Amino acid sequence: MTTQISTAKPGLKQWLTSDTPQSRWQAKCGRAWLGWIKFSENKLAMIGLSVVVGLILVTIFAPLLAPYDPLAANLANRIQPPSGDHWFGTDQLGRDILSRLIYGAQYTLLIVGLVAITAAPLGLLVGTAAGFFGGWIDAVLMRITDVFLAFPKLILALAFVSALGPGIENAILAIAITAWPPYARIARAETITVRKEDYIEAARLQGTSNFALIIGHITPMCMSSLVVRVTLDMAGMILIAAGLGFLGLGAQPPMPEWGAMVSDGRQFLLEQWWVATVPGLAIFVVSLGFNLLGDGLRDVLDPRGGD
Amino acid sequence: MSSETLLTVKNLEVTFNTPKGKVHAVRGVSFDLGRERLGIVGESGSGKSQTGRAILGLTAANGTIRAEKMQFRDVDLANLKPKQWRKVRGARISMIMQDPKYSLNPVMTIGDQIIEAYREHHKVNAKEARLRALEMLEAVKIRDPERVFNAYPHETSGGMGQRVMIAMMLIPDPELIIADEPTSALDVTVQLQVMAILDDLVRDRGMALIFISHDLQLISSFCDRVLVMYQGHVVEELRASELHNAKHPYTKGLLNCLPKMDGDHSDLPTLEREASWAEG
Amino acid sequence: MIEISKLNAWFDDNHVLKDVDISVPANGSFGLVGESGSGKSTVLRTVTGLVDDWEGTITVKGKKLGPKRDKDFYRLAQMVFQDPFGSLHPRHTIDRILTEPVNIHGLGNSDARVVEALTQVGLDNAFRFRYPHQLSGGQRQRVAIARALILEPKILLLDEPTSALDVSIQAEVLNLLGRLRRDLGLTYIMVSHDLAVVAHMCDDIAIMNHGRIVERATAGQLAEGTLEHPYSQQLYKAAGGYDRAVVDTFVDWD
Repeated sequence: MTTQISTAKPGLKQWLTSDTPQSRWQAKCGRAWLGWIKFSENKLAMIGLSVVVGLILVTIFAPLLAPYDPLAANLANRIQPPSGDHWFGTDQLGRDILSRLIYGAQYTLLIVGLVAITAAPLGLLVGTAAGFFGGWIDAVLMRITDVFLAFPKLILALAFVSALGPGIENAILAIAITAWPPYARIARAETITVRKEDYIEAARLQGTSNFALIIGHITPMCMSSLVVRVTLDMAGMILIAAGLGFLGLGAQPPMPEWGAMVSDGRQFLLEQWWVATVPGLAIFVVSLGFNLLGDGLRDVLDPRGGD
Repeated sequence: MSSETLLTVKNLEVTFNTPKGKVHAVRGVSFDLGRERLGIVGESGSGKSQTGRAILGLTAANGTIRAEKMQFRDVDLANLKPKQWRKVRGARISMIMQDPKYSLNPVMTIGDQIIEAYREHHKVNAKEARLRALEMLEAVKIRDPERVFNAYPHETSGGMGQRVMIAMMLIPDPELIIADEPTSALDVTVQLQVMAILDDLVRDRGMALIFISHDLQLISSFCDRVLVMYQGHVVEELRASELHNAKHPYTKGLLNCLPKMDGDHSDLPTLEREASWAEG
Repeated sequence: MIEISKLNAWFDDNHVLKDVDISVPANGSFGLVGESGSGKSTVLRTVTGLVDDWEGTITVKGKKLGPKRDKDFYRLAQMVFQDPFGSLHPRHTIDRILTEPVNIHGLGNSDARVVEALTQVGLDNAFRFRYPHQLSGGQRQRVAIARALILEPKILLLDEPTSALDVSIQAEVLNLLGRLRRDLGLTYIMVSHDLAVVAHMCDDIAIMNHGRIVERATAGQLAEGTLEHPYSQQLYKAAGGYDRAVVDTFVDWD
């Protein structure tokens, strides 16, 4: 990634860092480029980014990368220790753990991605509306948020999944439902700090409608903190998804979801440690990756960091 | 005005390393200061504040100070160790900043902060320090010193906050005060009142004052001598009373572009900057 | 053009405007001077609809204003804010800042209008796709003026438009504002703490203190220094620079 950037043509770099962009597109690219420079100086964040990019690549190329069919049971080959044939060994049904890990990446990504694109906008909308309008709208929306915040996330997710029935779709839904309240809080706090700013009032004096003000003027100011928070939360989401899978309420067998894999392996944890440990390590590494990425993004995006 | 020199600055340079490259904030500033009031005037980016900060070694971490000479009485400011700085800063040279809101500790009463400033440099007991602090608050013309003594910074107005700052900075009895736009955030009348307090105290205690401001008119009516700065250079140095005889086109331009109360609504003369001014 | 009479306004329980009367003819320029807390900016904010709790009558171009301002009002009157660092959205390009009002009011032809507005305030088209942080204070204030002009208003409400700028930049912006008033036939209400700025820009001047107009004067009277109210006299003296003896005559007007 870095090598590609540093070998970019000088013409491109000039185009990106120009003080007088010629188009909207160039201005946007220039801004993104400066952010990238700042981000790429942070080594830990780059590690986080490579973990996440790695996860995405593994998801896309799973059929090419996986040496075996993740669902193909081979009872003659049960719980083999790691070897040349099976790098991470096999599980209790003789399935290759490496292949299951590779295919499992897509469920992790699916959970994280779906939750992010549902919970974040919902929280953003609720929070900005509450902060912008104030008064009774604020009171009602925030009390609802408080109700959700009052329960521990995992417990609430558990309750939802048991009501909706186990399964990965319901797990995603349950996590999304429990994930939005903190976003609403953040968005509301940011909105309250910016809503009296001159530039918002100036836009109001141009005749901008409330809806356009919230979408076009307030949300961009909330985005940075929100993106950072969502990224940092992704680790938590992965853990909750894994927890639900572990308890048998998330992904159902034979789906190679990492939490469920840990759950399957726990019966042999002492003698055949790799069955549970390897997917556990995968969860750990990916969670850490998201956390590091979130930290790095915070440094780049935090509006208080200045330009 | 005694002719004795308190501070000599020779060829002061301040540079900053920023992501966009090196920024030369101060380029070769030299001046001598006696027991007088020296004004440093300039527009934003002229390096006036950085000059003041460099004298106290308060330049930000990404900046470097270089000077041929920076001598304050018996102290060589150009080569001071952090530990030695502590004996100079506050005790012998103090700085008053623009906004008291950021300079005062919000969770400590004003009285405690003044006492702390005093006891940092004077070994006295609590009772004595309290007495001195109250005296100081009276000296900056605060009408109800007892109340302000027990108040927190947010409970005071802007003018009051700046008086408190002056009290705090003057209580250790420094020899030199550097005031960086100390009154710019205040209303005009309050601004002049605060300046009068500073004026009286500096005069009575025989302190030297460096007054940094963007307001040429204000500074020339307040100080004895004025340095006009432009892009890190001192372009002109003159006695405040001689301001109308300013020679440098920048100084003249600054004076001319001020709107006047003469009922004339025609366009103001604007300042045509010339590249040669920045070459000093 | 603008008639304000018996204007009172409140922030919660604070009575911030007390019976303010102002009348500005078309193409006129009216100045409001006062110190912080005098209510001078509140007059502008009430006219533009940024203050909810007010009483009195405000008539703009023969039309009495109700509690809410409609789109037509914003095409007629625009405001320029004091702080050019705060009044432009930090994440919008200049282009977007200027295009948005055109689209909101459906004026069409936004490209040409943006270019024209930038030219009017003396900015090169090269600034168009920059972000506000890439501009200097004076350039930002020009953009803010361009944003106000792009709706082709007849009235500009100027809230300390130059107090955050260096004096040399202030002169340029004041000249620009003067030229725009002559060329476009605009009507101004200008708020400032600086007597000299207002005296230079305005024909009629009102001096405010604690929500009340304490004195009215013309630019000519100000030039002669014939102010009567002691508060205005004090402001006038303070504008003359530092004089130790004069400071002792100052009284607090709390």
